[in-house]
Amino acid sequence: MSKFILHVNGRSHEVDVAPETPLLWVLRDHLDMVGTKFGCGIGQCAACTVHLDGVPSRACLTPVSAAASVKVTTIEGLSPDGQHPLQRAWCELDVAQCGYCQAGQLMSAAALLARNPSPTDGDIDEAMAGNICRCATYYRIRAGIHRAAELSAAAREARA
Amino acid sequence: MSAALPSPIGRRSFLRLAAIGGGGLVLGCYVRPSGMAQVAKPDSGTVDGVFIPNAFIRIAPDGKVTVYSARPEVGQGIKTSLPMVVAEELGADWKSVSVVTAPLDAAFGPQFAGGSMSTPMSYEAMRKVGAAARTMLVQAAAQAWGVPAGECAAENGAVRHLPSGRTLGFGELVARASALPVPDDAAVKLKDPKDFTLLGTRVGGVDNEKVVTGQPLFGIDQRRPGMLHAVYEKSPVWGARPLGANLDHVKSLPGVRDAFIVDRTVPAGQITGLVPGVAIVADSTWAAFSARGELKVTWEDGPMPDSSWDDFARQAGELAKAAPGSAGVAVARRDGDTGAAFAGAARVVEASYSYPFLSHTNLEPQNCLVHVQGDHAEVWAPTQNPDGARKLAAQVLGIPPENVQVNITRIGGGFGRRLDSDPVAEAAAISQRLGVPIKLTWNRTDDLQHDHYRPGGFHFMKGAVDAKGALSAWRGHHVSFGSTMGGDAFPARFVPNYELFTSNLENGVPQGPWRAPGSNTYAWVTCCFLDELAHAAGRDPVEFNLALLGDRELVPGTGPRSQPYDAARMRNVLRRVAEKSGWGKALPRGRGMGLGYYFSHQGYIAEVAEVTVTQAGALKVDRVVAVVDVGSQIVNLSGAENQVQGSITDGLNAAWRQELDIQKGRVVQTNFHEYPMLRMPDAPRVIEIHFEKTPHPPTGLGEPALPPLAPAVYNAIFAATGKRVRQLPISRSDLSWS
Repeated sequence: MSKFILHVNGRSHEVDVAPETPLLWVLRDHLDMVGTKFGCGIGQCAACTVHLDGVPSRACLTPVSAAASVKVTTIEGLSPDGQHPLQRAWCELDVAQCGYCQAGQLMSAAALLARNPSPTDGDIDEAMAGNICRCATYYRIRAGIHRAAELSAAAREARA
Repeated sequence: MSAALPSPIGRRSFLRLAAIGGGGLVLGCYVRPSGMAQVAKPDSGTVDGVFIPNAFIRIAPDGKVTVYSARPEVGQGIKTSLPMVVAEELGADWKSVSVVTAPLDAAFGPQFAGGSMSTPMSYEAMRKVGAAARTMLVQAAAQAWGVPAGECAAENGAVRHLPSGRTLGFGELVARASALPVPDDAAVKLKDPKDFTLLGTRVGGVDNEKVVTGQPLFGIDQRRPGMLHAVYEKSPVWGARPLGANLDHVKSLPGVRDAFIVDRTVPAGQITGLVPGVAIVADSTWAAFSARGELKVTWEDGPMPDSSWDDFARQAGELAKAAPGSAGVAVARRDGDTGAAFAGAARVVEASYSYPFLSHTNLEPQNCLVHVQGDHAEVWAPTQNPDGARKLAAQVLGIPPENVQVNITRIGGGFGRRLDSDPVAEAAAISQRLGVPIKLTWNRTDDLQHDHYRPGGFHFMKGAVDAKGALSAWRGHHVSFGSTMGGDAFPARFVPNYELFTSNLENGVPQGPWRAPGSNTYAWVTCCFLDELAHAAGRDPVEFNLALLGDRELVPGTGPRSQPYDAARMRNVLRRVAEKSGWGKALPRGRGMGLGYYFSHQGYIAEVAEVTVTQAGALKVDRVVAVVDVGSQIVNLSGAENQVQGSITDGLNAAWRQELDIQKGRVVQTNFHEYPMLRMPDAPRVIEIHFEKTPHPPTGLGEPALPPLAPAVYNAIFAATGKRVRQLPISRSDLSWS
């Protein structure tokens, strides 16, 4: 066991765990942040996607020792009030079915929009190909990303 | 039992409410036997002054309405749609309605989620639940104003006196309504559907905000004080017992609290409940997972250690040659004289179709939290079948079912897998030994190798068209594993000479319902073979199938698994899908349209897929058009469209690349890298959905839009390439053309 200081969603947490423990399980079992989901454990489904210094990463493959030096953002910290344009778009378009994969979808999509504010369908295919939705809500996920891009553009215009 | 119910009503109130209906209720569930509504007394957790007209509704003095959702939410949207039905009839303002998941309790009637049955079973009942409460609120307002109740109407959370325009909010009526007798069934008038303001509109899921902010909704998210984490290793060969394991070593590993063999099978002789295995209990999920990596178990051989897909295929081929009625070949139906029809046919077509075993691959791995204390247990489970979970847990624990309290969580995908309760049984057995709350978590390999699979199967087909191009004979031999086509399988009753033979192969593979059981492959075989016959007759497939359906209306079912078939409803969706899809338009080589249609789960659905296949054989599904007849009323338009979009895309998911290989009595695949799921780039970008409203009771949409998709795509592939492929999944076949 070793002690690590994790910086998650702007707060610091000390945990005492084996260094190889995946960030996923530290979040879920030790920090009681269960929004990040377990799906496959081998980086194939992306339900566990979090941002490490803004880069979308699979928490199931990230040892806690590698997460301690970076800023971790989880679905719980995607926005302070649940009003990230993607979260608004997801509610407006009623994207989710079971909802289990959606935290990972949102984190992948948020990283996409952060670097590409108005993605094409091709950009969406590329950025979202790692995320499995077993309910197969891809049609609405795509629409949700486009809608969030519109909401962000409108907000930028309003500020300008 | 220290834990409170996850509901704002205390346990005593619930027990009182439970007396309202009894176990078998559906329609009578709002009738209180005492005949009196009551303001809830201040039981633990009860807010005083709350109007509780029945088990499903409570209205607080501030006007806030709470509606209980009885059925498990697996992503089918039922937690939103059935409360909408209650709110519509109640006249509530949807914005002021909160929806709470009910625990398992007889007061709520049937609580399973499966077979697309929730809507057909509960739609009318939920209307009456809402209408009964509305009747009482209207009476209360009429009393307050001293006017006839007939002059008052409930809307947007208030009762309005129509002549004067006066209103009283529901909250203001709570005290008075609570003193009124619950009205008789006959006195409760349902709304005219043309006055609906909420049903048929697009309403977002009631948990959407919690989903997008990562709140702990799912089974795997549950936790209790003092909880430990467990894993459970079973033999990869189904049903094999552990003979020994390095338990002392495992127990010495960091964070491990216990490791032990469970050598029980409950129910006895079955492989879909509790089966023998090795449990490891640890302080954290990762500690349990890590320790499992060092677990070494010696397994017995198991009952069928040599089962393999290749051997199943060989046996099926032999059965196909055996005479109908001989050993292993049952005659499920025989109409007319197929022999004579084949002899006199203009064209005869023979073909063999096969499809593999599939896994459900719920994205939330199987899991369960159980706390056993003495002869009581509390369960938190992502289960489609809470009553089944209760009974199995009770059986494993040797306690009465009523001593098991089941809390229903949101479910990270059902698809039929969670109608079975094996993870509940495992968690219960482990918690019983340790006496603390145990959260059991399966990993993905457990999930793939210990699923209760969609059975694979083989269809040996022979069909004929006569000189006029009409289908004159149909003969099918279905070989599968315990569940085969029934004698009413389409096109039975629509072709004069029809034979269906069935065979079941012995195997050791656990099986269970997979989204649209049976139909998910029968539609594919049936519509693909009909497409072959249409082309053999030189006729357009839509026109050929319309002719097959003839001019009859409701065709009665026949035989032991009889199923009426409404030919008029099917003809309608066929015509409409041809119209909406632009059927018959000229397309270049490499592009094509295909038709699939099927009646299942009480829905009549036709789909046209439009595909592109490159010369090198790369497939893209460009567009799918669906015409859906599930009766007179779409409950939640957003949810209904979502189910159809999802079913279409999931149908493609299953049809394109999914197959399990079975070797040496076990599934070979271990994770998603070996069992590919459809991903964003392959999902159809254009999906058009048209609902046909017909004067029939509303039925469910969790399943019936899936079966037509695979044949629509296969028939489109043929139209695009001229290649007829007859195996699922698509990835087994080379689609290249020149």
